[in-house]
Amino acid sequence: MTTSSSSLPRFLTRKGVPLWRDVVVLQWVAQIISALLVLGFLWFFISNVLTAAEARGLGLGLNFLRSAAGFPIAESPVPYDPSRTFGYALWVGFLNTLKVSVVGIVLATLLGLAAALARLSSNWLVSNIAGAYINVIRNIPLLVQLVLWYFAVFQRLPAVHDALALPGPIYISQRGLYMVGPQPTGTFGVWLLFVAVGLMLGYALHRYLLSYQVRTGHNRYPLLVGLLAAAGVALLGWFAVGAAPLQLTTPVLGRFNFEGGVRLTPEFAALLVGLVVYTGAFIAEVMRAGIQAVQKGQVEAAKSLGLNPFQTLRLVVLPLALRVIIPPLISQYLNLTKNSSLAIVIGYADLFFVGRTIINQAGYAVPVFLLIMAIYLALSLLTSAVLNLYNRRVQLVER
Amino acid sequence: MSAAVESFTPPARPGPMRWLKKNLFSSWLNTLLTIASVAFIVVAGLALGRWILVVADWSPVVENLRLYAVGPYPAEQMWRVWVIVAMVSFLAGVSGGRWGGIARTFALALAVAYGLLVILPISLEYLPLASRLRLAGNILTVGLGFLLGRRLAIKGYQLALAWAISFLLTLLLLGGMRNAALAPYLPLVESGRWGGLLLTFLLAIVGIVASFPIGVLLALGRQSSLPVVKALCVVFIETVRGVPLVTLLFMTSILLPLFLPPEVRIDRVLRAVLGMTLFAAAYMAENVRGGLQSIPSGQVEAAKAMGLNGWQTMLLIVLPQALRVVIPAIVGQFIALFMDTTLAVVVGLLELLAIGRAIINSNPQWLLLDKEVFGFIALVFWVFTFAMAYASRRVEAAVGLGKR
Repeated sequence: MTTSSSSLPRFLTRKGVPLWRDVVVLQWVAQIISALLVLGFLWFFISNVLTAAEARGLGLGLNFLRSAAGFPIAESPVPYDPSRTFGYALWVGFLNTLKVSVVGIVLATLLGLAAALARLSSNWLVSNIAGAYINVIRNIPLLVQLVLWYFAVFQRLPAVHDALALPGPIYISQRGLYMVGPQPTGTFGVWLLFVAVGLMLGYALHRYLLSYQVRTGHNRYPLLVGLLAAAGVALLGWFAVGAAPLQLTTPVLGRFNFEGGVRLTPEFAALLVGLVVYTGAFIAEVMRAGIQAVQKGQVEAAKSLGLNPFQTLRLVVLPLALRVIIPPLISQYLNLTKNSSLAIVIGYADLFFVGRTIINQAGYAVPVFLLIMAIYLALSLLTSAVLNLYNRRVQLVER
Repeated sequence: MSAAVESFTPPARPGPMRWLKKNLFSSWLNTLLTIASVAFIVVAGLALGRWILVVADWSPVVENLRLYAVGPYPAEQMWRVWVIVAMVSFLAGVSGGRWGGIARTFALALAVAYGLLVILPISLEYLPLASRLRLAGNILTVGLGFLLGRRLAIKGYQLALAWAISFLLTLLLLGGMRNAALAPYLPLVESGRWGGLLLTFLLAIVGIVASFPIGVLLALGRQSSLPVVKALCVVFIETVRGVPLVTLLFMTSILLPLFLPPEVRIDRVLRAVLGMTLFAAAYMAENVRGGLQSIPSGQVEAAKAMGLNGWQTMLLIVLPQALRVVIPAIVGQFIALFMDTTLAVVVGLLELLAIGRAIINSNPQWLLLDKEVFGFIALVFWVFTFAMAYASRRVEAAVGLGKR
């Protein structure tokens, strides 16, 4: 070995080893080659896009975001009309995505919890009904379920004048679901500030009283006091802002449609129900696994320490189960948010749908797509950052 | 103490009454729940049964079985599909005979499925006698393959190779030949005419097969000590996992042509497959990484002590063990991908769901029958995915992963 390498010219060796056998050199070469390959591909793609842009007049910049959109959006949580800009239209789409995701996450968690508890029930029938729900729903593609909900259920509801009337009153018809609900008035924004301050105050009180209890052993009911403080500030704000920040509105059947009330469009309702039922089945499995992961000995130990069943649940079982549950739960939340992009099939105006509309009406395919992907990516990176933080915290608690 | 030990008798096998008492009527709350559940099952079951047997109009399902199976594939070229079916039947039979266990269950299930289709109680107009006879022939093919598989001393890798070849042959048979000399025998069938369950399976299988090597490379890259390689792999994996599959499908279907020179044209099905493959590869990489991380470092150290170099250590020691661990995860991923193929409907492929929509719109009398059509499609998916999930649990048990 040494003879062969010493016979080599000096510049082909390093520390007496031929360069093509030197691990450090090989690694650098491999890295440079892979980087060059990726850069080459990128350059190839980008140059092609630039050529195509020139030849076909493809818009690549983001300037279009400031020009008028010119198309209507069926539902929007903020005021929108076609004279608004493309950027604003995308914002509306983003808000719609957020709306269905947040409501969906809350409802799916509740449904998942209920199904998990039912699955763990000692009653054989209840447990098996929950098992059937979980196994059927998880094995049918979400898109098929959405299409079924939308076309076969929500589009087949009675016409407006024969609307199903449920107590509440809630009216269900082809035009969607109308119900009594709160409607924000002009003072709503100010009141929200009060609520935020109240929550912060309540949290601070809770933290302080808890540490006081840990220090001295005197129970000053930290949870109760914190909640009462938050509610008190919110109530104070309600009267302080003058006019009530929320008003109750009731749907009334007009000539062509219901007027007033809170409306859920059939698209939103179908997407929401589909996402909740589908994700709920997955969340049920996550929660069941988490609850089952808590060892029996922990519960017995808690009992022998004199904790009552509620304390056992709150102080022993839940913290232990949550450590197992939270990471997969958050990834389910993320899945729900990403799956809401299937709205395009049933025509709910979410981020992806609005982006698609812009591309169909005005072009700008490349920037719109990159923007949409960047937004989804930002959401999921944010989620995984939160998840990592949480994981680090529970790990610290553990040891 | 000793008295307690002596008086101990094993609990009697619970009789049916005891079982009922323990599981359904142990407390008043439980009894209430049981009554409510029974009421729910009776009401829901009766409503569902009445709908299936009396209310529902199954004509858009029954009259279009071929469309659901293969989509708009030309009728005069159907023999190619039958050849593929026969090929798969034969190989399934041989595998069942050779490998036993889950492969035998699969072969048996295939034969039973054929049998059910043969005696399907619908008019001969919609499922002709010729088709039924061919299906019956396929039962025999499975059986023949099974016997051969038990008799012949065929090696495992040969059988795996045969599956791989049959897969390539399937693509060749479906697509046909551009070549002028061969075109009369095997004319070109544009991929736009592939559809139905056939396309659904094709998308899922091509996606998972193609994503496997990419996923393994990405996983190795992510574990690599080379910072540039690692960064590239992490960026790819996290980007793909962070966006919805629909956006990826649109990306490869609509944007990709813009990113390529105008003279390069990629087939529409291939573009969708590309999107699926990229998507599956990122998830595959994470699965494989889990497997790689489960291999104790002692294995690597032992391999090095034996004088194996880096590649040998990876290929002979680490990967075989790691991949064995992730088989269930890969099967799970295949099931997920199989269900995700429905998203191809948004880029205009005629897979099962799109066929369903097309059928509903094809006849004004069927416009209100979405429950029947989509319900049938849901059932088809459910049967396949449930069977695959069951199979994967069996594989898991057979590989003995649960015991470790």
